[in-house]
Amino acid sequence: MHSKAVATCRNLSHRYQNHAALDDINLDLQPGEITVLLGPNGAGKTTLIHLLLGLVQVQQGTITVLGQAAGRREARQHTGVMLQISGVQDNLTVFELLQLFVSLYPRAMELDRLLAETDLQSLHNRRFGQLSGGQQQRVLFAIALCGNPQLLILDEPTTGMDPAVRRQIWSSLEQRRKRGTAILLCTHDMHEAEQLADRIVLLNHGRVITHDTAEQIRRRLPSQLIKVRSSIQLTSIAASDNVQSISRTDDLLTIYCHFAEPVVRAILNADPDASELEVTGTDLETAFLALTKANPSTVEAKHE
Amino acid sequence: MSKSATIEQIRSHWLVLARFIECQWLNLLRTPAYTLPTLMFPIMFYSFFGLLMIRGQAQYLLCTFATFGCIGAALFAFGVGIATERAQGWLTLLQATPAPIAAVLVGKGFGAALFAAIITLIMSVLAAVFGDVRMATGQWAGLLLVMVLGSLPFSALGIGLGMSLAPNAAPAVLNLIYLPLGFLSGLWIPVSQLPGWLQDVAVWLPPYHLAELALHVTGTRSGSALISLAILTGYTLLFVLFAAWAWRRPKTSMNQ
Repeated sequence: MHSKAVATCRNLSHRYQNHAALDDINLDLQPGEITVLLGPNGAGKTTLIHLLLGLVQVQQGTITVLGQAAGRREARQHTGVMLQISGVQDNLTVFELLQLFVSLYPRAMELDRLLAETDLQSLHNRRFGQLSGGQQQRVLFAIALCGNPQLLILDEPTTGMDPAVRRQIWSSLEQRRKRGTAILLCTHDMHEAEQLADRIVLLNHGRVITHDTAEQIRRRLPSQLIKVRSSIQLTSIAASDNVQSISRTDDLLTIYCHFAEPVVRAILNADPDASELEVTGTDLETAFLALTKANPSTVEAKHE
Repeated sequence: MSKSATIEQIRSHWLVLARFIECQWLNLLRTPAYTLPTLMFPIMFYSFFGLLMIRGQAQYLLCTFATFGCIGAALFAFGVGIATERAQGWLTLLQATPAPIAAVLVGKGFGAALFAAIITLIMSVLAAVFGDVRMATGQWAGLLLVMVLGSLPFSALGIGLGMSLAPNAAPAVLNLIYLPLGFLSGLWIPVSQLPGWLQDVAVWLPPYHLAELALHVTGTRSGSALISLAILTGYTLLFVLFAAWAWRRPKTSMNQ
Protein backbone atom coordinates (compact mmCIF):
# COMPACT_ATOMS: atom_id res chain seq x y z
CA MET A 1 0.00 0.00 0.00
CA HIS A 2 1.37 3.38 -0.97
CA SER A 3 1.63 6.39 1.25
CA LYS A 4 0.23 9.64 -0.07
CA ALA A 5 1.71 10.58 -3.42
CA VAL A 6 3.98 13.62 -3.47
CA ALA A 7 2.81 14.53 -6.96
CA THR A 8 -0.13 13.37 -9.05
CA CYS A 9 -1.22 13.88 -12.64
CA ARG A 10 -4.80 13.07 -13.55
CA ASN A 11 -6.14 12.87 -17.12
CA LEU A 12 -3.41 15.25 -18.22
CA SER A 13 -3.44 16.22 -21.88
CA HIS A 14 -1.49 18.95 -23.61
CA ARG A 15 -1.42 20.15 -27.19
CA TYR A 16 0.91 22.37 -29.19
CA GLN A 17 -1.33 23.67 -31.98
CA ASN A 18 -2.36 20.49 -33.81
CA HIS A 19 0.16 18.25 -32.15
CA ALA A 20 -0.80 16.24 -29.06
CA ALA A 21 2.25 16.41 -26.79
CA LEU A 22 0.57 14.51 -23.96
CA ASP A 23 -2.60 12.46 -24.04
CA ASP A 24 -4.50 11.43 -20.92
CA ILE A 25 -1.55 10.92 -18.58
CA ASN A 26 -2.17 9.55 -15.09
CA LEU A 27 0.82 9.37 -12.80
CA ASP A 28 1.63 9.23 -9.09
CA LEU A 29 5.07 10.03 -7.72
CA GLN A 30 5.40 8.30 -4.38
CA PRO A 31 7.70 9.23 -1.53
CA GLY A 32 10.79 7.04 -1.35
CA GLU A 33 10.46 5.92 -4.97
CA ILE A 34 12.44 6.61 -8.08
CA THR A 35 10.19 6.81 -11.11
CA VAL A 36 12.11 6.66 -14.35
CA LEU A 37 10.59 8.41 -17.34
CA LEU A 38 11.63 6.82 -20.60
CA GLY A 39 10.76 7.48 -24.17
CA PRO A 40 12.19 8.58 -27.48
CA ASN A 41 12.79 12.24 -28.35
CA GLY A 42 9.49 14.04 -28.76
CA ALA A 43 7.60 11.54 -26.61
CA GLY A 44 6.41 14.29 -24.25
CA LYS A 45 8.86 13.83 -21.36
CA THR A 46 10.02 17.45 -21.15
CA THR A 47 6.46 18.75 -21.53
CA LEU A 48 5.43 16.55 -18.60
CA ILE A 49 8.32 17.87 -16.49
CA HIS A 50 7.52 21.49 -17.35
CA LEU A 51 3.86 20.92 -16.44
CA LEU A 52 4.84 19.37 -13.10
CA LEU A 53 6.98 22.43 -12.38
CA GLY A 54 4.21 24.82 -13.36
CA LEU A 55 6.36 26.30 -16.13
CA VAL A 56 3.68 25.60 -18.71
CA GLN A 57 -0.02 26.11 -18.03
CA VAL A 58 -2.16 23.01 -17.69
CA GLN A 59 -4.64 22.83 -20.57
CA GLN A 60 -6.55 19.72 -19.59
CA GLY A 61 -6.50 17.54 -16.49
CA THR A 62 -4.99 18.29 -13.09
CA ILE A 63 -1.59 18.23 -11.44
CA THR A 64 -0.97 18.53 -7.73
CA VAL A 65 2.43 18.74 -6.08
CA LEU A 66 2.46 18.33 -2.30
CA GLY A 67 -1.24 19.08 -2.26
CA GLN A 68 -0.80 22.33 -4.20
CA ALA A 69 -1.46 23.20 -7.81
CA ALA A 70 1.74 22.79 -9.82
CA GLY A 71 3.88 25.90 -9.82
CA ARG A 72 2.58 27.33 -6.52
CA ARG A 73 5.37 28.76 -4.39
CA GLU A 74 4.64 26.30 -1.58
CA ALA A 75 5.16 23.45 -4.05
CA ARG A 76 8.36 24.97 -5.47
CA GLN A 77 9.80 25.36 -1.97
CA HIS A 78 9.93 21.57 -1.68
CA THR A 79 10.83 20.70 -5.25
CA GLY A 80 14.34 20.39 -6.61
CA VAL A 81 14.91 20.46 -10.33
CA MET A 82 17.69 19.80 -12.78
CA LEU A 83 16.73 20.74 -16.31
CA GLN A 84 18.59 19.89 -19.50
CA ILE A 85 19.04 23.57 -20.35
CA SER A 86 19.69 25.79 -17.38
CA GLY A 87 21.51 28.86 -18.74
CA VAL A 88 23.47 29.21 -15.50
CA GLN A 89 25.51 32.39 -15.55
CA ASP A 90 29.03 31.51 -16.59
CA ASN A 91 30.66 34.31 -14.63
CA LEU A 92 29.52 33.20 -11.20
CA THR A 93 31.57 30.78 -9.14
CA VAL A 94 30.17 27.47 -7.92
CA PHE A 95 30.07 28.88 -4.39
CA GLU A 96 28.25 32.06 -5.44
CA LEU A 97 25.69 30.07 -7.40
CA LEU A 98 24.99 27.62 -4.60
CA GLN A 99 24.86 30.44 -2.06
CA LEU A 100 22.20 32.12 -4.21
CA PHE A 101 20.07 29.00 -4.56
CA VAL A 102 20.44 27.97 -0.92
CA SER A 103 19.03 31.37 0.07
CA LEU A 104 15.80 30.60 -1.82
CA TYR A 105 14.60 27.61 0.22
CA PRO A 106 13.11 27.54 3.71
CA ARG A 107 14.80 24.27 4.73
CA ALA A 108 17.94 24.51 2.64
CA MET A 109 20.99 22.29 2.97
CA GLU A 110 24.14 23.65 4.59
CA LEU A 111 26.58 24.69 1.91
CA ASP A 112 29.43 22.55 3.25
CA ARG A 113 27.24 19.44 3.26
CA LEU A 114 25.98 20.21 -0.20
CA LEU A 115 29.51 20.68 -1.57
CA ALA A 116 30.59 17.42 0.06
CA GLU A 117 27.60 15.40 -1.19
CA THR A 118 28.19 16.54 -4.75
CA ASP A 119 31.99 16.44 -4.48
CA LEU A 120 32.35 20.08 -5.43
CA GLN A 121 34.62 21.27 -2.58
CA SER A 122 37.67 21.56 -4.80
CA LEU A 123 35.73 23.44 -7.47
CA HIS A 124 33.87 25.92 -5.29
CA ASN A 125 35.99 28.92 -6.37
CA ARG A 126 35.86 28.12 -10.07
CA ARG A 127 33.53 29.99 -12.34
CA PHE A 128 30.74 27.90 -13.87
CA GLY A 129 31.91 28.70 -17.40
CA GLN A 130 35.37 27.31 -16.64
CA LEU A 131 34.06 23.86 -15.69
CA SER A 132 33.89 20.78 -17.91
CA GLY A 133 30.49 19.51 -19.06
CA GLY A 134 30.45 16.81 -16.39
CA GLN A 135 31.44 19.25 -13.65
CA GLN A 136 28.70 21.64 -14.75
CA GLN A 137 26.21 18.78 -14.51
CA ARG A 138 27.35 18.21 -10.93
CA VAL A 139 26.76 21.88 -10.11
CA LEU A 140 23.27 21.65 -11.60
CA PHE A 141 22.65 18.53 -9.53
CA ALA A 142 23.80 20.42 -6.44
CA ILE A 143 21.41 23.26 -7.30
CA ALA A 144 18.59 20.70 -7.46
CA LEU A 145 19.48 19.48 -3.96
CA CYS A 146 19.81 22.95 -2.40
CA GLY A 147 16.35 22.96 -0.86
CA ASN A 148 16.40 19.43 0.61
CA PRO A 149 13.50 18.64 -1.72
CA GLN A 150 10.63 16.24 -1.10
CA LEU A 151 10.21 16.00 -4.87
CA LEU A 152 13.29 15.83 -7.07
CA ILE A 153 12.85 16.16 -10.82
CA LEU A 154 15.92 15.37 -12.90
CA ASP A 155 16.05 15.65 -16.68
CA GLU A 156 18.99 13.57 -17.94
CA PRO A 157 21.17 14.33 -14.93
CA THR A 158 24.17 12.18 -15.78
CA THR A 159 24.66 13.17 -19.41
CA GLY A 160 28.34 13.92 -19.98
CA MET A 161 29.49 12.52 -16.65
CA ASP A 162 32.30 10.02 -16.31
CA PRO A 163 31.32 6.63 -14.83
CA ALA A 164 32.75 7.34 -11.37
CA VAL A 165 30.79 10.59 -10.97
CA ARG A 166 27.70 8.95 -12.40
CA ARG A 167 27.88 6.28 -9.69
CA GLN A 168 28.29 9.00 -7.10
CA ILE A 169 25.11 10.70 -8.34
CA TRP A 170 23.30 7.35 -8.27
CA SER A 171 24.46 6.79 -4.71
CA SER A 172 23.21 10.24 -3.75
CA LEU A 173 19.84 9.48 -5.36
CA GLU A 174 19.61 6.18 -3.50
CA GLN A 175 20.27 7.97 -0.21
CA ARG A 176 17.57 10.49 -1.03
CA ARG A 177 15.15 7.69 -1.87
CA LYS A 178 15.82 6.08 1.52
CA ARG A 179 15.04 9.40 3.18
CA GLY A 180 11.63 9.48 1.47
CA THR A 181 12.23 11.81 -1.46
CA ALA A 182 10.04 11.18 -4.49
CA ILE A 183 12.29 11.24 -7.53
CA LEU A 184 11.30 11.59 -11.17
CA LEU A 185 14.27 10.74 -13.36
CA CYS A 186 14.15 11.29 -17.07
CA THR A 187 16.90 9.43 -18.87
CA HIS A 188 17.90 7.80 -22.13
CA ASP A 189 20.37 5.59 -20.31
CA MET A 190 18.80 2.13 -19.90
CA HIS A 191 21.55 1.03 -17.57
CA GLU A 192 20.73 3.96 -15.32
CA ALA A 193 17.04 3.08 -15.53
CA GLU A 194 17.71 -0.54 -14.58
CA GLN A 195 19.97 0.47 -11.70
CA LEU A 196 17.67 3.01 -10.11
CA ALA A 197 14.05 2.56 -11.14
CA ASP A 198 11.37 1.48 -8.73
CA ARG A 199 8.86 2.30 -11.41
CA ILE A 200 9.24 2.92 -15.09
CA VAL A 201 6.93 5.08 -17.14
CA LEU A 202 7.39 4.65 -20.86
CA LEU A 203 6.03 7.49 -22.96
CA ASN A 204 5.63 7.44 -26.70
CA HIS A 205 3.77 9.98 -28.84
CA GLY A 206 2.47 11.58 -25.65
CA ARG A 207 0.86 8.45 -24.28
CA VAL A 208 1.90 6.13 -21.48
CA ILE A 209 2.82 2.86 -23.16
CA THR A 210 3.85 1.15 -19.96
CA HIS A 211 3.74 2.15 -16.31
CA ASP A 212 4.82 -0.45 -13.84
CA THR A 213 7.54 -1.57 -11.53
CA ALA A 214 10.83 -2.25 -13.23
CA GLU A 215 10.54 -5.95 -12.39
CA GLN A 216 7.06 -6.32 -13.88
CA ILE A 217 8.08 -4.54 -17.03
CA ARG A 218 11.13 -6.74 -17.42
CA ARG A 219 8.87 -9.79 -17.17
CA ARG A 220 6.49 -8.51 -19.81
CA LEU A 221 9.10 -7.39 -22.28
CA PRO A 222 10.05 -9.57 -25.22
CA SER A 223 13.21 -11.44 -24.40
CA GLN A 224 14.26 -12.66 -27.84
CA LEU A 225 15.05 -11.05 -31.14
CA ILE A 226 14.76 -12.92 -34.47
CA LYS A 227 16.20 -11.59 -37.70
CA VAL A 228 15.51 -13.48 -40.90
CA ARG A 229 15.29 -12.83 -44.62
CA SER A 230 11.94 -14.06 -45.88
CA SER A 231 9.06 -13.00 -48.10
CA ILE A 232 6.53 -14.50 -45.67
CA GLN A 233 3.31 -12.50 -44.99
CA LEU A 234 3.58 -10.71 -41.63
CA THR A 235 0.02 -11.62 -40.68
CA SER A 236 0.84 -15.30 -40.61
CA ILE A 237 3.10 -14.91 -37.58
CA ALA A 238 1.83 -11.69 -35.99
CA ALA A 239 -1.32 -13.24 -34.58
CA SER A 240 0.44 -15.03 -31.74
CA ASP A 241 0.57 -13.37 -28.29
CA ASN A 242 4.11 -14.62 -28.13
CA VAL A 243 5.10 -12.04 -30.75
CA GLN A 244 5.58 -8.51 -29.42
CA SER A 245 6.36 -6.71 -32.65
CA ILE A 246 7.44 -7.25 -36.23
CA SER A 247 8.97 -4.92 -38.72
CA ARG A 248 10.14 -5.47 -42.28
CA THR A 249 12.86 -3.68 -44.26
CA ASP A 250 12.81 -5.08 -47.79
CA ASP A 251 12.84 -8.82 -47.07
CA LEU A 252 14.55 -8.55 -43.67
CA LEU A 253 12.14 -9.31 -40.85
CA THR A 254 12.89 -8.14 -37.31
CA ILE A 255 10.74 -9.90 -34.74
CA TYR A 256 10.65 -9.36 -30.98
CA CYS A 257 9.05 -12.21 -29.06
CA HIS A 258 9.02 -13.98 -25.72
CA PHE A 259 9.94 -17.42 -27.11
CA ALA A 260 11.80 -17.77 -30.39
CA GLU A 261 11.31 -21.46 -31.13
CA PRO A 262 7.61 -21.54 -32.18
CA VAL A 263 8.09 -18.42 -34.29
CA VAL A 264 11.12 -19.87 -36.07
CA ARG A 265 9.19 -23.09 -36.74
CA ALA A 266 6.26 -21.12 -38.15
CA ILE A 267 8.54 -19.14 -40.44
CA LEU A 268 10.39 -22.19 -41.73
CA ASN A 269 7.12 -24.10 -42.29
CA ALA A 270 5.64 -21.22 -44.26
CA ASP A 271 8.82 -20.30 -46.13
CA PRO A 272 11.44 -23.05 -46.53
CA ASP A 273 13.61 -20.56 -48.48
CA ALA A 274 14.02 -18.24 -45.48
CA SER A 275 17.69 -17.36 -44.98
CA GLU A 276 20.16 -15.60 -42.68
CA LEU A 277 18.19 -16.67 -39.63
CA GLU A 278 19.56 -15.20 -36.40
CA VAL A 279 18.14 -15.50 -32.88
CA THR A 280 19.54 -13.41 -30.01
CA GLY A 281 18.47 -12.34 -26.53
CA THR A 282 17.34 -8.76 -25.96
CA ASP A 283 18.42 -6.36 -23.27
CA LEU A 284 16.17 -3.72 -21.76
CA GLU A 285 17.28 -1.17 -24.31
CA THR A 286 16.47 -3.33 -27.31
CA ALA A 287 13.17 -4.31 -25.79
CA PHE A 288 12.22 -0.68 -25.21
CA LEU A 289 13.15 0.13 -28.76
CA ALA A 290 10.76 -2.58 -29.84
CA LEU A 291 7.98 -1.09 -27.73
CA THR A 292 8.51 2.46 -28.93
CA LYS A 293 9.50 1.77 -32.50
CA ALA A 294 8.10 4.54 -34.61
CA ASN A 295 7.83 2.42 -37.75
CA PRO A 296 4.07 2.14 -38.30
CA SER A 297 4.44 -1.33 -39.79
CA THR A 298 5.40 -2.53 -36.32
CA VAL A 299 2.07 -1.57 -34.92
CA GLU A 300 0.09 -2.37 -38.01
CA ALA A 301 1.59 -5.80 -38.25
CA LYS A 302 0.57 -6.56 -34.71
CA HIS A 303 -3.00 -5.41 -35.26
CA GLU A 304 -3.60 -6.75 -38.72
CA MET B 1 2.59 33.79 12.67
CA SER B 2 4.80 34.66 15.66
CA LYS B 3 6.85 37.83 15.76
CA SER B 4 10.15 35.96 15.51
CA ALA B 5 8.87 33.95 12.52
CA THR B 6 7.84 37.18 10.82
CA ILE B 7 11.23 38.73 11.49
CA GLU B 8 12.91 35.59 10.15
CA GLN B 9 10.77 35.73 7.00
CA ILE B 10 11.64 39.38 6.39
CA ARG B 11 15.33 38.64 6.98
CA SER B 12 15.15 35.76 4.55
CA HIS B 13 13.51 37.95 1.87
CA TRP B 14 16.20 40.61 2.28
CA LEU B 15 18.88 37.95 2.09
CA VAL B 16 17.45 36.63 -1.18
CA LEU B 17 17.31 40.16 -2.58
CA ALA B 18 20.89 40.84 -1.46
CA ARG B 19 22.05 37.62 -3.15
CA PHE B 20 20.39 38.54 -6.44
CA ILE B 21 21.86 42.06 -6.35
CA GLU B 22 25.28 40.63 -5.53
CA CYS B 23 25.09 38.07 -8.36
CA GLN B 24 23.86 40.69 -10.83
CA TRP B 25 26.70 43.08 -9.99
CA LEU B 26 29.34 40.34 -10.04
CA ASN B 27 28.04 39.09 -13.35
CA LEU B 28 28.12 42.58 -14.86
CA LEU B 29 31.56 43.42 -13.54
CA ARG B 30 32.91 40.14 -14.90
CA THR B 31 31.46 40.76 -18.36
CA PRO B 32 33.65 43.56 -19.76
CA ALA B 33 32.47 42.86 -23.30
CA TYR B 34 29.03 44.08 -22.22
CA THR B 35 29.98 46.48 -19.46
CA LEU B 36 32.58 48.61 -21.25
CA PRO B 37 30.55 49.46 -24.37
CA THR B 38 27.43 50.13 -22.28
CA LEU B 39 29.39 52.54 -20.09
CA MET B 40 31.69 54.01 -22.71
CA PHE B 41 29.17 54.60 -25.51
CA PRO B 42 27.24 57.48 -23.85
CA ILE B 43 30.39 58.84 -22.18
CA MET B 44 32.13 58.95 -25.55
CA PHE B 45 29.10 60.66 -27.10
CA TYR B 46 29.08 63.27 -24.34
CA SER B 47 32.81 63.88 -24.77
CA PHE B 48 32.42 64.44 -28.52
CA PHE B 49 29.15 66.39 -28.61
CA GLY B 50 28.96 67.94 -25.16
CA LEU B 51 32.57 68.88 -24.60
CA LEU B 52 34.32 69.10 -27.97
CA MET B 53 31.78 70.04 -30.66
CA ILE B 54 29.08 72.09 -28.95
CA ARG B 55 30.71 74.75 -26.78
CA GLY B 56 29.06 76.43 -23.81
CA GLN B 57 26.34 73.86 -23.23
CA ALA B 58 28.29 71.32 -21.19
CA GLN B 59 25.87 71.44 -18.24
CA TYR B 60 22.78 71.13 -20.41
CA LEU B 61 24.27 68.26 -22.38
CA LEU B 62 25.53 66.61 -19.21
CA CYS B 63 21.88 66.20 -18.20
CA THR B 64 20.72 64.96 -21.61
CA PHE B 65 23.63 62.58 -22.25
CA ALA B 66 23.43 61.19 -18.71
CA THR B 67 19.76 60.53 -19.47
CA PHE B 68 20.78 58.87 -22.73
CA GLY B 69 23.31 56.63 -20.93
CA CYS B 70 20.97 55.63 -18.10
CA ILE B 71 18.14 54.77 -20.46
CA GLY B 72 20.51 52.61 -22.53
CA ALA B 73 21.80 50.79 -19.46
CA ALA B 74 18.25 50.04 -18.29
CA LEU B 75 16.88 49.06 -21.69
CA PHE B 76 19.78 46.78 -22.60
CA ALA B 77 20.33 45.24 -19.15
CA PHE B 78 16.69 44.20 -19.07
CA GLY B 79 15.75 43.92 -22.72
CA VAL B 80 18.70 41.95 -24.01
CA GLY B 81 19.49 40.41 -20.63
CA ILE B 82 16.04 38.93 -20.08
CA ALA B 83 15.57 37.85 -23.70
CA THR B 84 18.91 36.01 -23.54
CA GLU B 85 18.32 34.49 -20.12
CA ARG B 86 14.89 33.37 -21.24
CA ALA B 87 16.34 31.60 -24.27
CA GLN B 88 19.24 30.06 -22.37
CA GLY B 89 17.02 28.66 -19.62
CA TRP B 90 18.21 30.72 -16.64
CA LEU B 91 14.81 32.32 -16.15
CA THR B 92 13.11 28.95 -16.54
CA LEU B 93 15.35 27.51 -13.83
CA LEU B 94 14.58 30.43 -11.52
CA GLN B 95 10.85 30.11 -12.24
CA ALA B 96 11.04 26.48 -11.12
CA THR B 97 12.51 27.54 -7.77
CA PRO B 98 10.78 29.58 -5.06
CA ALA B 99 12.79 32.65 -6.13
CA PRO B 100 10.48 35.67 -5.77
CA ILE B 101 10.23 37.23 -9.21
CA ALA B 102 10.43 40.65 -7.56
CA ALA B 103 13.89 39.76 -6.23
CA VAL B 104 15.04 38.62 -9.67
CA LEU B 105 13.87 41.87 -11.25
CA VAL B 106 15.01 44.16 -8.45
CA GLY B 107 18.43 42.48 -8.66
CA LYS B 108 18.53 43.41 -12.32
CA GLY B 109 17.22 46.87 -11.52
CA PHE B 110 20.16 47.41 -9.16
CA GLY B 111 22.45 46.41 -12.03
CA ALA B 112 20.90 49.08 -14.22
CA ALA B 113 21.02 51.57 -11.33
CA LEU B 114 24.71 50.81 -10.78
CA PHE B 115 25.39 51.53 -14.45
CA ALA B 116 23.32 54.71 -14.26
CA ALA B 117 25.34 55.87 -11.25
CA ILE B 118 28.71 55.06 -12.86
CA ILE B 119 27.78 56.76 -16.14
CA THR B 120 26.53 59.87 -14.33
CA LEU B 121 29.58 60.04 -12.07
CA ILE B 122 32.09 59.71 -14.92
CA MET B 123 30.22 62.28 -17.03
CA SER B 124 30.04 64.61 -14.05
CA VAL B 125 33.80 64.41 -13.55
CA LEU B 126 34.38 65.08 -17.27
CA ALA B 127 31.90 67.97 -17.18
CA ALA B 128 33.60 69.53 -14.15
CA VAL B 129 37.16 69.07 -15.44
CA PHE B 130 36.81 69.69 -19.17
CA GLY B 131 33.49 71.52 -19.47
CA ASP B 132 34.00 73.86 -16.52
CA VAL B 133 30.58 72.90 -15.12
CA ARG B 134 30.09 74.18 -11.60
CA MET B 135 27.15 73.18 -9.43
CA ALA B 136 26.30 72.96 -5.74
CA THR B 137 26.89 69.59 -4.07
CA GLY B 138 23.14 69.11 -3.71
CA GLN B 139 22.69 69.61 -7.45
CA TRP B 140 25.35 67.02 -8.31
CA ALA B 141 23.70 64.63 -5.86
CA GLY B 142 20.27 65.50 -7.26
CA LEU B 143 21.44 64.68 -10.79
CA LEU B 144 22.76 61.33 -9.61
CA LEU B 145 19.49 60.54 -7.81
CA VAL B 146 17.33 61.54 -10.78
CA MET B 147 19.39 59.34 -13.10
CA VAL B 148 19.33 56.33 -10.79
CA LEU B 149 15.58 56.60 -10.16
CA GLY B 150 14.94 57.63 -13.75
CA SER B 151 16.31 54.32 -14.98
CA LEU B 152 13.29 52.57 -13.35
CA PRO B 153 10.58 53.25 -15.98
CA PHE B 154 12.99 52.23 -18.71
CA SER B 155 13.86 49.10 -16.75
CA ALA B 156 10.15 48.24 -16.82
CA LEU B 157 10.04 48.86 -20.57
CA GLY B 158 13.13 46.63 -20.91
CA ILE B 159 11.42 43.82 -18.98
CA GLY B 160 8.40 43.98 -21.25
CA LEU B 161 10.54 43.95 -24.37
CA GLY B 162 12.87 41.26 -23.01
CA MET B 163 9.91 38.98 -22.32
CA SER B 164 8.47 39.63 -25.78
CA LEU B 165 11.48 39.55 -28.10
CA ALA B 166 13.59 36.68 -29.40
CA PRO B 167 17.15 36.92 -28.07
CA ASN B 168 18.74 37.38 -31.48
CA ALA B 169 16.24 40.11 -32.37
CA ALA B 170 16.43 41.95 -29.05
CA PRO B 171 19.64 44.01 -29.59
CA ALA B 172 18.52 45.21 -33.03
CA VAL B 173 14.98 46.05 -31.94
CA LEU B 174 16.23 47.83 -28.82
CA ASN B 175 18.65 49.91 -30.88
CA LEU B 176 15.77 50.78 -33.19
CA ILE B 177 13.88 52.07 -30.17
CA TYR B 178 16.79 53.52 -28.18
CA LEU B 179 18.63 55.58 -30.78
CA PRO B 180 15.64 57.33 -32.42
CA LEU B 181 14.08 57.87 -28.98
CA GLY B 182 17.30 59.53 -27.81
CA PHE B 183 17.54 61.76 -30.87
CA LEU B 184 13.85 62.71 -30.96
CA SER B 185 13.85 63.52 -27.24
CA GLY B 186 16.63 66.02 -27.74
CA LEU B 187 19.22 64.03 -25.85
CA TRP B 188 21.99 64.43 -28.44
CA ILE B 189 21.40 68.02 -29.45
CA PRO B 190 19.22 70.50 -27.54
CA VAL B 191 15.51 70.33 -28.39
CA SER B 192 15.56 74.04 -29.26
CA GLN B 193 17.89 73.24 -32.17
CA LEU B 194 15.53 70.62 -33.63
CA PRO B 195 13.01 71.54 -36.36
CA GLY B 196 9.68 72.75 -34.97
CA TRP B 197 7.69 69.61 -35.71
CA LEU B 198 10.34 67.47 -34.00
CA GLN B 199 10.12 69.72 -30.96
CA ASP B 200 6.38 68.95 -30.89
CA VAL B 201 7.19 65.23 -30.93
CA ALA B 202 9.84 65.51 -28.22
CA VAL B 203 7.47 66.76 -25.53
CA TRP B 204 5.51 63.51 -25.74
CA LEU B 205 8.49 61.23 -25.23
CA PRO B 206 9.54 59.91 -21.82
CA PRO B 207 13.34 60.51 -22.17
CA TYR B 208 12.62 64.19 -22.83
CA HIS B 209 10.89 64.43 -19.48
CA LEU B 210 13.59 62.56 -17.61
CA ALA B 211 16.12 64.98 -19.09
CA GLU B 212 13.83 67.85 -18.07
CA LEU B 213 13.85 66.61 -14.47
CA ALA B 214 17.66 66.46 -14.58
CA LEU B 215 17.77 69.98 -16.01
CA HIS B 216 15.51 71.23 -13.23
CA VAL B 217 17.41 69.54 -10.43
CA THR B 218 20.72 70.96 -11.68
CA GLY B 219 19.28 74.45 -11.97
CA THR B 220 19.72 74.53 -15.75
CA ARG B 221 15.97 74.88 -16.23
CA SER B 222 13.79 77.11 -14.06
CA GLY B 223 10.10 76.82 -13.24
CA SER B 224 8.08 73.80 -12.15
CA ALA B 225 9.05 70.24 -13.01
CA LEU B 226 5.65 68.88 -12.04
CA ILE B 227 4.44 68.33 -15.60
CA SER B 228 7.55 66.33 -16.47
CA LEU B 229 7.21 64.38 -13.23
CA ALA B 230 3.55 63.64 -13.96
CA ILE B 231 4.17 62.56 -17.55
CA LEU B 232 7.11 60.38 -16.53
CA THR B 233 5.00 58.81 -13.77
CA GLY B 234 2.30 58.07 -16.34
CA TYR B 235 4.84 56.41 -18.63
CA THR B 236 6.21 54.46 -15.66
CA LEU B 237 2.75 53.04 -14.93
CA LEU B 238 2.27 52.21 -18.59
CA PHE B 239 5.65 50.42 -18.82
CA VAL B 240 5.04 48.55 -15.56
CA LEU B 241 1.68 47.33 -16.90
CA PHE B 242 3.38 46.26 -20.14
CA ALA B 243 6.11 44.44 -18.17
CA ALA B 244 3.53 42.73 -15.94
CA TRP B 245 1.51 41.66 -18.96
CA ALA B 246 4.57 40.30 -20.76
CA TRP B 247 5.79 38.50 -17.64
CA ARG B 248 2.46 36.90 -16.80
CA ARG B 249 1.40 36.17 -20.36
CA PRO B 250 0.14 32.56 -20.31
CA LYS B 251 2.78 30.17 -21.52
CA THR B 252 1.43 27.28 -23.51
CA SER B 253 4.72 26.09 -24.94
CA MET B 254 8.13 25.38 -23.47
CA ASN B 255 9.91 27.88 -25.68
CA GLN B 256 8.05 30.97 -24.58
